[in-house]
Amino acid sequence: MSNETHIPMRPVWDQPDTSRIPFKVYTDEQTHQKELEKLFYQNHWCYVGLEAEIPEHGDFKRTVIGERSVIMVRGADGEINVVENVCAHRGMRFCRKKHGNAKEFVCPYHQWNYDLKGNLQGVPFRRGVKQDGQVKGGMPKDFKPADHGLTQLRVAQRGGVVFATFDQEAESFEDFVGPEMLHYFDRMFNGRKLKLLGYNKQRIPGNWKLMMENIKDPYHPGLLHTWFVTFGLWRADNRSELKMDKHHRHAAMISTRGEGGKNAQTTGVSSFKEEMKLHDPRFLDVEVEPWWNGPTAVMMTLFPSVILQQQVNSVSTRHIQPNGHDSFDFVWTHFGYEDDTEEMTERRLRQANLFGPAGFVSADDGEVIEFSQEGFEQKPFHRSLAELGGREIGDTDHMVSETLIRGMYEYWRKQMED
Amino acid sequence: MNMEIYLQLTQFYQEYAANVDAAEWDSWIEMFTEDCTYRIQARENHERNLPMAALSLEGKGMLKDRIYGITETIFHDPYMQNHVVSAPRIKSLTPELIDCEANYAVFRTKNDGIAQVFNVGRYIDRIRNTPDGLKIESRICVFDNDMILNSLIYPI
Repeated sequence: MSNETHIPMRPVWDQPDTSRIPFKVYTDEQTHQKELEKLFYQNHWCYVGLEAEIPEHGDFKRTVIGERSVIMVRGADGEINVVENVCAHRGMRFCRKKHGNAKEFVCPYHQWNYDLKGNLQGVPFRRGVKQDGQVKGGMPKDFKPADHGLTQLRVAQRGGVVFATFDQEAESFEDFVGPEMLHYFDRMFNGRKLKLLGYNKQRIPGNWKLMMENIKDPYHPGLLHTWFVTFGLWRADNRSELKMDKHHRHAAMISTRGEGGKNAQTTGVSSFKEEMKLHDPRFLDVEVEPWWNGPTAVMMTLFPSVILQQQVNSVSTRHIQPNGHDSFDFVWTHFGYEDDTEEMTERRLRQANLFGPAGFVSADDGEVIEFSQEGFEQKPFHRSLAELGGREIGDTDHMVSETLIRGMYEYWRKQMED
Repeated sequence: MNMEIYLQLTQFYQEYAANVDAAEWDSWIEMFTEDCTYRIQARENHERNLPMAALSLEGKGMLKDRIYGITETIFHDPYMQNHVVSAPRIKSLTPELIDCEANYAVFRTKNDGIAQVFNVGRYIDRIRNTPDGLKIESRICVFDNDMILNSLIYPI
């Protein structure tokens, strides 16, 4: 393939397995549209937010699923609804506030109004106007408001996290996540109420799948993230496991910090910095929490929309919001738990300096994704390599493997090529 | 208001901009007090009283650690900064302490690129008048952008 410079119309896989990934999967707009349909709008549960973001009746948050604007709202009955932010009349994206409190949704264009479940309540001039003793205009007699609500999504809530799907036929949320991943989901969201700490948002000029791959790639942290290595948070002797659901679409990278002494193995690349000490060690003032049950970091990818982060005391959701094949918005929602002490809240906030668009560690990820996309765009007939740990797919008890990436593309091909 | 302190403060803001634009990090650190606060926070968090910030540093030690990260560990595309800082607005003034604000716009230029509007916002400051001159006790950079353009490496 290396001498081939013909640009194919569609991604071409030159192996039966997924150890070589065609660049075209990241550069093709048609593929992107198909992904939105097959992976975001059908068959999958997507992240929308945390219950803690909308605590009161009428509270709402505007967000997206794929590239469709939706509103997560707590109704008058306290239940959480998710509706599409497109008026049933003329299609306007009527909700402009990012969050707020509402008794109903009104599209300002023609004042069509909906209750908080998305049911159409009323239409101005439905019965026309009376003029000279005659009724003029108005909607046809057979107009039924019940047929013209906002698109109402199915909603699933678990442990304070809210997911939704446009697909009325999709399997249950629990089946979607699968028992292997549900175990780690419930570890982090174990029923304690969550406390919202705030947001970090970045626009990354790269294909959205690259962020999924980033959190399915345990090869890079000890190499790219020099800060991790320099200050001892990443060590080659960390115990770690890679696990997937049965479809290989979701994954967890589970690691437990090594207690090894000075001579413990590091990557070598950065060993010259081993003597470095932080001027202020509070960045890494880690306190072991009982709910961890061992692992000091669990990074979960719930395909396709969200990453669930526990890195020592820093916990967050990272929402993937594509906009075109070559860009996505990455929205981090940091939180704590309602029984956190003030010291624990401060600890979580301080450790958050490692993450997000300005993070000591995460800033690296956004940059490499941007430059990967640049490489793909210039050489769309080529492919990348994901052969670390072999070409097969399966759980491992080490981190020297790209098995999770191969697993995701095996699933991707099944969804996209049928 | 004392004209001399206003001119001093104006000069201080311009020196700050010159230091960050020239990547004079040692000079940048020396513009702060020992127990300073330095924060870069989205306006959305600020206005909703949510404590999360893109960067939240307390004390000169953390400032030094940030500079070490910028210069030694963080992998990023090199870029230049150009700050345009408005005249300061003094909100309250004592001989020791000035509460003041100024708007800023930061343009980013990459090696192969043209200048982009990178970050626009407001400095919310508490500045201490010390025997060594004016020092920042607290600077919160509250930015209007909903999104950071990929990553934010250097101080604003």
